[in-house]
Amino acid sequence: MGRDTMATDTAQSSTRTTHRDILPENALMHLGLFGAIALMAAPLVLAVLMSTQTTAEVYQPTTIGPGSNALQNYQAALTTYNFGTYLLNSLVMSIAVVIGKVTLSLLAALALVYYELPYERAIFMFVLLTLLLPVPVRIVPLFQLMADLGWTNTLLAITGPYIASATAVFLFRQHFRSIPDSLVETAHVDGVGPFRFLVSVLIPMSRSMIAGVCVITFIYSWNQFLWPLIAVTDKPSQVAQVGIRYIQGAAQAGLTQWGVIMAAAVLALLPPLAVLLVFHRSLRETIAIQQS
Amino acid sequence: MSTITLTDLTKHYDSIAAVDGIDLDVLDEEFLVVVGPSGCGKSTTLRLIAGLEDATAGTIRIGGTDVTDSPPEDRDIAMVFQNYALYPHMTAAENMTFGMQSVTDYSSAEIEDRVADAAATLGITELLDRTPDALSGGERQRVAIGRALVREPSVFLLDEPLSNLDAKLRVHMRAELSKLHRELDTTTVYVTHDQTEAMTLGDRVAVLNDGTVQQVAPPQQLYDFPANQFVAGFIGEPAMNLVPVRVRDRPRGLVADHEGFAHPLPDGGSNSALVDRRLTFGVRPEDVLLAGRSATGHEESFEARVTVREPLGEQLLLHCTIGDDELQVKVQPRRDVSTGDTIRLCFDQQRLHLFDPETGDAIYHAASEDQPAKPTPSQ
Repeated sequence: MGRDTMATDTAQSSTRTTHRDILPENALMHLGLFGAIALMAAPLVLAVLMSTQTTAEVYQPTTIGPGSNALQNYQAALTTYNFGTYLLNSLVMSIAVVIGKVTLSLLAALALVYYELPYERAIFMFVLLTLLLPVPVRIVPLFQLMADLGWTNTLLAITGPYIASATAVFLFRQHFRSIPDSLVETAHVDGVGPFRFLVSVLIPMSRSMIAGVCVITFIYSWNQFLWPLIAVTDKPSQVAQVGIRYIQGAAQAGLTQWGVIMAAAVLALLPPLAVLLVFHRSLRETIAIQQS
Repeated sequence: MSTITLTDLTKHYDSIAAVDGIDLDVLDEEFLVVVGPSGCGKSTTLRLIAGLEDATAGTIRIGGTDVTDSPPEDRDIAMVFQNYALYPHMTAAENMTFGMQSVTDYSSAEIEDRVADAAATLGITELLDRTPDALSGGERQRVAIGRALVREPSVFLLDEPLSNLDAKLRVHMRAELSKLHRELDTTTVYVTHDQTEAMTLGDRVAVLNDGTVQQVAPPQQLYDFPANQFVAGFIGEPAMNLVPVRVRDRPRGLVADHEGFAHPLPDGGSNSALVDRRLTFGVRPEDVLLAGRSATGHEESFEARVTVREPLGEQLLLHCTIGDDELQVKVQPRRDVSTGDTIRLCFDQQRLHLFDPETGDAIYHAASEDQPAKPTPSQ
C-alpha cells in the first residue's frame, strides 16, 4: 500500500516536472542560472586549464583545452620556486590566527554574556567600531610597531595583528545571546565559574558556530597578501599569496610564466577548499544564524 | 533553620519600581506561594532572593544571615526555572551533577548516591542517560527539580515551574510537588500567576500587585477574608462580584442598599462608622443563591434578569443584571433557567464583604476570621 502511494507520487511529480520544463519562462530561468554559474566558475576553470599549459600555449588564445605541461608546471612551482615552503608558512600562519582569534573572541564574548557589565552595550559598540579600521588602514603605524618590537620577519608579525577580531566577537556574542538566560543564571546559582561554563556549556552548545568562524577565519588569513608582503621581507618566511607574486616577478625571456603561476594558484586554493569541504555544513549554520 | 526575611525590598529598573518595598517573612519549612498578575514583581522578587538581581534598597536574610550583597552561589539556594534551563548537550544525570561538581568537593560516590536518591524520589531513574531533547515536558521538569534536589539547599526557589506543561500534566505535577515538599520540608518560595496553583500548593500565599504585597495568608483565609478589593478580585474564578452600595441604618440593623436589592449586613450594627457611606459590596458567585420556592431563611431575596447562561458542567454560571450592574451567579448545573428569565436571588449571609472604593481596603466581612459568625474589622 505504502509502496503504491509512493509510486503514484513519483509518477505524478515526474509528469509535473516535464510539464514545467517545457515552459519557456523556466527555460529562461535555467539559462540565466547556468550563465551566472558559468561566469562565476570561469576564472577558476581557466586557472586550472592554464596551469597545465606551457607559456607559449597560454599566450595562444586558440588553446582552450588542457595543455601538455601540467606536471612540469606544478613541479616548477614546488621546487624551483619553493612554493611548498610558502604553503607551509601560510598553513602555520592561518592555524595560529584561527586558534588565537577564536580563543580571544570566545573569551571576549563570554565576558559580555556571563557578566553583567556596566556599559556592556557601549563596550560592544566600541569593539564593533574597530571594524571601521581594517588592516590596510593601519598598515604604516602597524609596521612601525612591528619594527619597534623587532617582530618583522617572524610568525608573530603575520599573526598578531589578526588575533583581535570584532567580527568573531560579534558572531559569538550574538550566538551566546540566543542561549536562554536561564542557563547562565542556573550556572550562577549553582556556582559554576565562568571558565567551566565556557568549556562545559557554551563551547559544546556552539560547536558548529565555532567551526563556522574557524572556516571564515582560516580562509581570511590564508588569503592575506598586503600585510605579509610588508611585514615579511625574508623570502623563506613568506606566505603563499605573496609567493605567487614572487613567481610572477621571475619572468623568463620577458614572458610571465602564467602556467607556473596558475599551478601555484591552484595549489594555494586547495587547503581552503579542503577546509570548506569538511566544514561546509557548520559554515552554512553560522551564516543562517546571522540571517535570522 | 532556613527562614527568609525580606525587609523593605525594592528594585528599580531606571525609574520603574518593579518591587516596591516588600516586607515578607517565609517561615522555616514553609511552602510560600507568591502569586499575582503579570508585571506585579513576583518573579523579580524571586530573582532578588536568588541573587540574580541586585536590590535597589532593603535587605534579604536567609537563615538569619544578611545575603543582600552575596552572589547567588553563596546563598545556599536552588532554583527551578520556567523553561527548566537544562543544558541541551548533557544527559539528565550530567545536568543534575554539573552544578554539584562546581561548588563543593563532594566525592563522586556521594554525588552518585544523591543523584540516585533524587531520581528515585522523582521516578526518573530510567531517564538519567537521556538528553533533554529525548524527554517530555514533564520529564524535563522532573530533571530540573532533581537538579535542585541533589544540591540539598536550604531554600528552593521555583519560578512558574508548571506553566510550560499542558493542563493535565500540570495538575499531576502540582500534586507531586506538594508531596515532595511534605517529604523534604525544605523552605520553598514558589512563584506563579495561576491562582489554582497558589491555593492548592501554598501553606501560605502572598498576593502581589504593582510591586507591593497585598496580603499574606493561608489559602482559605485569603479566599474568605480578602484584605482588599484586589485580592478579592484576583483570587477566585470567576472573580468576586463587586457592586456599589450605600450603607443605611435601618431599625433592624445596617443594610447594604443597591438599586436592585437592600440586604442586611449581619452584626453590622456594631459598626456605626459604615453608616451612610458609599462602599463596594462584594459577594462571590457561589455565595449568590437562587431563592426558589424552597429557599426558606432567605427572605431578603431580589429579582435579577439572566443575560448569559454558561453551563460549566459541574456548575451553571449565570450572568444577571440588577439595576445597572452585573452579578455572576453559580448555581446547580441542571437548574431550569434560560437566558432572558427573571429569577429571584439572595446572598449567603455569612459571605458578604464591604470595601472602601477609594483605597480598596476591606472594611467589613460578614463572617469573623476566628469564629465564622461574628464580624471583625479587617486586618
